[in-house]
Amino acid sequence: MIDRRALLRLAAGAGTASLVAACGWDGGNAVRPLLLDVSRFNDWVGEKIFFSKNRLAPEYPVAERTARLPSYFISPSLPMLENPSAWRLQVAGLVREPQALSLEQLHAMPRTSYTVKHHCVEGWSAIATWHGVPVSAVAERCGMLPQARYVRFDSFDSGYSNGWDLASAMHPQTILAYGMNDNPLPPTHGAPLRLYSPTKLGYKMTKYLVSLTFTAERPGGYWEDQGYPWFGGV
Amino acid sequence: MTAPPASPPSPPSPPSPPSAPPVKRHHWIVRLTHWLTFVVLVGMILSGLQIYGAYARFGERDGPYYAPNPFQDHGFPTWSRLGGWLAGGLNWHFTLMWPLTLGGLLYLSYLAASGEWRSLLFRPRDIRGAIEMQKYYLRLRKDHPPQGKHNPLQKAAYTFIILLGVLSVLSGFAIYKPTQLSWLTALFGGFQAARYWHFWAVWIFTGFLVVHVLLVFIVDPASLRAMITGWYRGRFPSHD
Repeated sequence: MIDRRALLRLAAGAGTASLVAACGWDGGNAVRPLLLDVSRFNDWVGEKIFFSKNRLAPEYPVAERTARLPSYFISPSLPMLENPSAWRLQVAGLVREPQALSLEQLHAMPRTSYTVKHHCVEGWSAIATWHGVPVSAVAERCGMLPQARYVRFDSFDSGYSNGWDLASAMHPQTILAYGMNDNPLPPTHGAPLRLYSPTKLGYKMTKYLVSLTFTAERPGGYWEDQGYPWFGGV
Repeated sequence: MTAPPASPPSPPSPPSPPSAPPVKRHHWIVRLTHWLTFVVLVGMILSGLQIYGAYARFGERDGPYYAPNPFQDHGFPTWSRLGGWLAGGLNWHFTLMWPLTLGGLLYLSYLAASGEWRSLLFRPRDIRGAIEMQKYYLRLRKDHPPQGKHNPLQKAAYTFIILLGVLSVLSGFAIYKPTQLSWLTALFGGFQAARYWHFWAVWIFTGFLVVHVLLVFIVDPASLRAMITGWYRGRFPSHD
């Protein structure tokens, strides 16, 4: 004999679940803020528990490179500089000496190169080689102030930007990349300069960089402000 | 969680008359974590199907892609997805992962502390009993083999599903932090392989859920009430 009361309770539970699913529900006004609060907590867990400033991402043989790495930008067409020689990376915010660095100046700074796996939030992954200057070297050059807690990266791709925690930005594998797969960085992947780090999801790596700003307040970001996890660490 | 066998012709302890006193079967921790896991797991699966749609295949960008995957390059229908879009699915998934893992840890701690794991864990010495039980179900044996709280086939099923839960959580970590936990991701065979493990766990869970619920209603509906109230009043009180 089926226990009627128990069956009703089960049906109520299953009914709620299928109703939730039927709407493609993002939580609505009642639950969405709660989900975002948990996401903020997960940011903290990601930075304080999982992330280590000394742990390096595994490197791969050059032979394992992916032939075609997808290219993403938010502008309607490929973002290109009208006058590439006039481009400068503005380094500003909580620093002793703000800078406007040319590509030649960046080339002259310490160089890091690695072949690593790229993890996209969508679930795909691909291997590529990147070279460029560590963000920590830029921080040293401009005299980053102790009050700095975050870094904001801005681009000329229709205002695309990202905010980073300082620990991830200072990681030895976090670089301002001007080269990909032994060649100059192509426009499809963020020329002349993009952020790269194997400790972050792809959407955290700002392409088409124009400025880098050290801040005390947590900066938002293009996808982060729409609900994607802010920390985005892998 | 108990779903004893269908109408045994002559069980060692005869079915209790309806007037038999109720038997206390499930501790409140077991009942709480059972229903919590049910609701949360459904949410994890639905939000997981939402996330899957963003890259509906397994394998590095240039391929080859892992097979079998009947859902390659196909997203799931709206009714089966939770979150509305990728970020919504991720936020549900990364919220529900907390009650799922904490509930799982609470349940496993209870099993360990209470000693109840002894009546649940399938061990090599249960193999013989499992064969006898299978024979009984296949009508190759007339009498119901003696058993404790669960018969050896139930032990196998519950041990397996707990291991599947552990595998799902571990492969989830491997996908969540493939760089920080690169050793774990490597154990699964890499990031894409970990996604593949995680994905197949969904279908095994779904199959288990269907069979589990069917057995409850077909064989022993009173076990549903026992999982809610803790008290069992059905035809098959525990043999121990």
